[in-house]
Amino acid sequence: MIMESMRKKESPSSVVSTQFPDEVLERVFALLTSHKDRSSVSLVCKDWYNAERWSRTHVFIGNCYSVSPEILARRFPNIRSVTLKGKPRFSDFNLVPQNWGADIHAWLVAFADKYPFLEELRLKRMTVSDESLEYVAANFQNFKVLSLLSCDGFSTDGLAAIATHCKNLTELDIQENGVEDKSGSWLSCFPESFTSLEVLNFANMSAEVNFDALERLVSRCKSLKALKVNKSISLEQLQRLLVCAPQLVELGTGSFSQDLTTRHYAELENAFNNCKNIQTLSGLWEATALYLPVLYPASANLTFLNLSYAALQSGDLAKLLVHCPSLWRLWVLDTVEDKGLEAVGSYCPLLEELRVFPADPFDEEIIHGVTEEGFVAVSFGCRRLHYVLYFCRQMTNAAVATIVQNCPDFTHFRLCIMNPGQPDYVTNDPMDEAFGAVVKTCTKLRRLSVSGLLTDLTFEYIGTYAKNLETLSVAFAGSSDWGMQCVLGGCPKLRKLEIRDCPFGNKALLSGLEKYESMRSLWMSACNVTMNGCRLLAREMPRLNVEVMKEDGSDDSQADKVYVYRSVAGPRRDAPPSVLTL
Amino acid sequence: MSTPLEHDYIGLSETSSMQRSSEKLPSSSSSSNSSTELNNNNNNNCSNKNKTCLNFKETELRLGLPGSHSPERKPPHGVSLFGKDIENNTNGFSVTPLKNIVSGAKRGFSDAIDGSSGNWGLSINGKSEADLCKGGVLYSPRGGGLDDKSKIIKEAAGVVPLSPKPTVQEKKNQVPAANEPSSAPAAKAQVVGWPPIRSFRKNTMASNLAKNSDDAEGKPGYGCLYVKVSMDGAPYLRKVDLKLYNNYMELSTALEKMFSCFTIVNSGHCDSHGFPGRDGLSESRLMDLLHGSEYVLTYEDKDADWMLVGDVPWDMFTDTCRRLRIMKGSEAIGLAPRAMEKCKNRS
Repeated sequence: MIMESMRKKESPSSVVSTQFPDEVLERVFALLTSHKDRSSVSLVCKDWYNAERWSRTHVFIGNCYSVSPEILARRFPNIRSVTLKGKPRFSDFNLVPQNWGADIHAWLVAFADKYPFLEELRLKRMTVSDESLEYVAANFQNFKVLSLLSCDGFSTDGLAAIATHCKNLTELDIQENGVEDKSGSWLSCFPESFTSLEVLNFANMSAEVNFDALERLVSRCKSLKALKVNKSISLEQLQRLLVCAPQLVELGTGSFSQDLTTRHYAELENAFNNCKNIQTLSGLWEATALYLPVLYPASANLTFLNLSYAALQSGDLAKLLVHCPSLWRLWVLDTVEDKGLEAVGSYCPLLEELRVFPADPFDEEIIHGVTEEGFVAVSFGCRRLHYVLYFCRQMTNAAVATIVQNCPDFTHFRLCIMNPGQPDYVTNDPMDEAFGAVVKTCTKLRRLSVSGLLTDLTFEYIGTYAKNLETLSVAFAGSSDWGMQCVLGGCPKLRKLEIRDCPFGNKALLSGLEKYESMRSLWMSACNVTMNGCRLLAREMPRLNVEVMKEDGSDDSQADKVYVYRSVAGPRRDAPPSVLTL
Repeated sequence: MSTPLEHDYIGLSETSSMQRSSEKLPSSSSSSNSSTELNNNNNNNCSNKNKTCLNFKETELRLGLPGSHSPERKPPHGVSLFGKDIENNTNGFSVTPLKNIVSGAKRGFSDAIDGSSGNWGLSINGKSEADLCKGGVLYSPRGGGLDDKSKIIKEAAGVVPLSPKPTVQEKKNQVPAANEPSSAPAAKAQVVGWPPIRSFRKNTMASNLAKNSDDAEGKPGYGCLYVKVSMDGAPYLRKVDLKLYNNYMELSTALEKMFSCFTIVNSGHCDSHGFPGRDGLSESRLMDLLHGSEYVLTYEDKDADWMLVGDVPWDMFTDTCRRLRIMKGSEAIGLAPRAMEKCKNRS
C-alpha cells in the first residue's frame, strides 16, 4: 500500500520526475518489513535501491552460501537482525554428511566488524560451535535474540556463555537442535540483575536445570511472555512457575504426569485458571487423562496447541478440544487415531493448520495411527484448513479428492504415506489422481510433498496446474525423466526442489538449466544422475554451484547426492573432502 | 525343527471353527505342493460361495524359513501373533521373510485382491467385509476379536521402492517377540531418512516408548495395557490387559478365573463400588484365613512401591500400575491390616 501511494506521486503527469530527499524515502521504507516487498522496491531505480539498503535492518538469507558476508555488509550497512538458513532440508533426515558446512563463525566475524550493534540472530540448519556462541556473547553488546532451530555443533557451555554475558537478552529460543546437553547449569548463569527476558524456550533439552534458579529468573523477568520448559520440570514445579508468571502468552509445560496430592492438584488447577492470556500450549510430555482437565480453564483463548509429544488417545483429545474453540493450529500424534480427528473436525471449526505426526513410524506390526478417514473427517469440519502435514499408512485417491473439495484453499499440502511407493489401498491404483486433484483444486498451493506410488502423470499434473508452487518434495516416485522435466518446465514460481530415490537422470537434470538460476536450490539424491551430467551442468551454468556428495563404495560415475544452488559468492571454499564442487 | 502348526487369527475362532468343518483344511504337515492344490480348491470353493466364505489358505499363518512358500501360494501379509491361547510358543518369528515373499509375490497379492475381493467375506460382529478382509495384523484380542480400527495396511502391496538404488540401511535382523511389541525395532530393512521425521523427534518418541514398555509393557495410547501378574506359589506368571476392565470387580473376577487352578480364595463378595468387600466373609475364606493362606492382590506402582489394590480410583490405578502380585495373606501383613482385624473380630 505504501508503494502504491508512492507510485501515484510519481505519476506521468508531473513533468519533472519528483525526487524525494533520501531521508524521506528511507523513512517510508523503514516501514516495509516483508523482504519480498523490499526486494521489489530496490529494483525500481537507483535512488530507491539506495534508500532501501540504508533503511533495511533485518535481512533474511535462505541459503547461507548464496551470498558472502562481505557482499552483505557492503550492500546493507545498518543490519540489526539476521536470519540465516544453512544446510539443505534433507540434512534433518541424516542425508547430508556431518561436516558439510554452513558454519556460522565466518559470518560472526564479519558481523562483529560491520554490525557491532547486531541484536538478533535466527539460525536454521547451521553449524554453531560453543566458540561461536562465546564470540557472540563477547562481541555484541546489544545482543537481544538468539533463536536456533535444527542447528548442531554446540553444547550447553555455549548457552552458558550467552546467559552470562548478554545483559540485554530478550529471547533465548533453543528449538529442536543437535545440542550436546552436558548439564542444566547454563540456566543458573543468568545474573540476578538480569530481568529483560521475554522468551525462554529450552523444551527440547534434556538435562535437569536448577529449579530455584529458574523460579527466580521467571519471577524477576516481568516481561516474560513465552516460557517453554523441558521434561525435567514436574507438575508441582510448573504450578509454582505459573504462579510467578500468570501473564504468559506461550507456555510449554514439562512432564505432565506426576502423582499429585489432592491439594497440589487443586493448586495446579488454580494456577491454570489464573492464566487467562495463554494462546500457545506445548510440551505436555507423558500427559494422561488424569491431568489434562487442569488445562481446561486456560484453553479458551488457545490458538496453537502442540500435542506432538503427548501420546493422547481419541477420547482424551476430544475432551480437551471441547474447551478449545478458538484453535487455529493443532499438532498431534497419530495415537489419537481417526476418532480423535473426527473430534477435531467437530470442535475446531476455525482450524487452519493441522500436523499429525507418527508416534511409531518404524514399527510396521502395530497397525494403528490415522488413515484417510481421519483426514476426510477433518476436512468436513474445518473448511479453513490450508496447512496440513499428515503421516499415515494408507490413503486413497478418492479421499484426497474429497478433502481438497472441502478445503480448496490449501497453501501447504504435505502428505506422507509412510510405506514408500504404496498405492491406493482400495483400488491399487497409483496415487496420481490424488495429487492431481490437489494441484487442480488448490490454486494457491505453495508447498507440496508427495508420497505413495506415483507415475509421471503426477508430475504432469503438477507442471500443468501448480502455478504458484514454490517448494516441492518428492521421494520414491516417478517413472522417467519426463516427470521431472514437467515440473521444471511447468512451475514458474518454483524455488526449492528436493528429490530422493526417483528414476530421474541426466536428461531431467539438464532440462532445467536456466530454471535453476531462478530457484534457490535443487537437491537430488539416489537418482540416476551421473558425474558427467553434473559436470555438464556446472560448465553450462557458471553462476550455479554444483556440489556432489559421494558415498563410500559407490560407483565413481554416479552422482549419489547432488546439491545445486545459485550464488553470487562463487563456489564455496569450506567444503569438506566428501563434497566435490564442480 | 517342528512342523509348523496352523493357527487361526485370534478372534476368528468362532466363525472359523464353523468354517473349518466345511472347508476341510489340510493338516499342518502338508507339503507345499498339496497345499497349493488345496489352495486352488479353496479358491474355487470360495468363488462359488458368497458372503461368508473365508478363504482359509489366504489367511492361514504358516511358519517357515524364508522362501519356503511356493510361488502360487498367496501369502498372508503382515502377520503377527498375540494372545494367550497359542499352544506353540510362536512368539519369535522373523519378519523379513515377508519382505522376500512379498517382493516376489507382489503381483500375486494384487491379483488376490482383484480376483477375490468379493469373496473375502467375513462377518464377525457385523463388521464390514472390506474392513476385515485386508489381512494382516490382529492386535490385542477384544470381545469379538477385531475392533473397528482394524484398518490393516497391506504392507505387502507397496513394499518395493521404485527407485533403482534405494538407500537401504539393513537393521540387525532382530526377531520381535510378540508380547513386547515396542522393545525391538522392526526387523524390516529401514530406509535412511524415511519417513521424513527430524532426529530429535525420532529419538524422543523412541525413548518414550521404550521407557513405557519397560514400565508397563504396554503401548501408551494404543488401547491396551498388559501387566504381568504373579501369584505366590504358581509356577508361571500371566499377563492381563488392564484396559479390558472397567473396575476392580472385573479385574478380580478375571484374575480368579486365570488362577483358579492355584486355589485362590473366592473373594466374590464385593461392595457396590466394585471394591473387594471386607465384610461378608465366607466360611471357606475364614478357614483359609485362619490357616494364613488368604491371598491379597497387590500391585507395584510407578515409584516401585507395593500397594494394596483397591485404594485409589480405577483410572488412577491403571495409570500407575506396573505389575500385579497375588500375595499370600501371611506376607501381606501391613498392607491389609484391617482385613485381618475384621476377620479376627468375627472369629
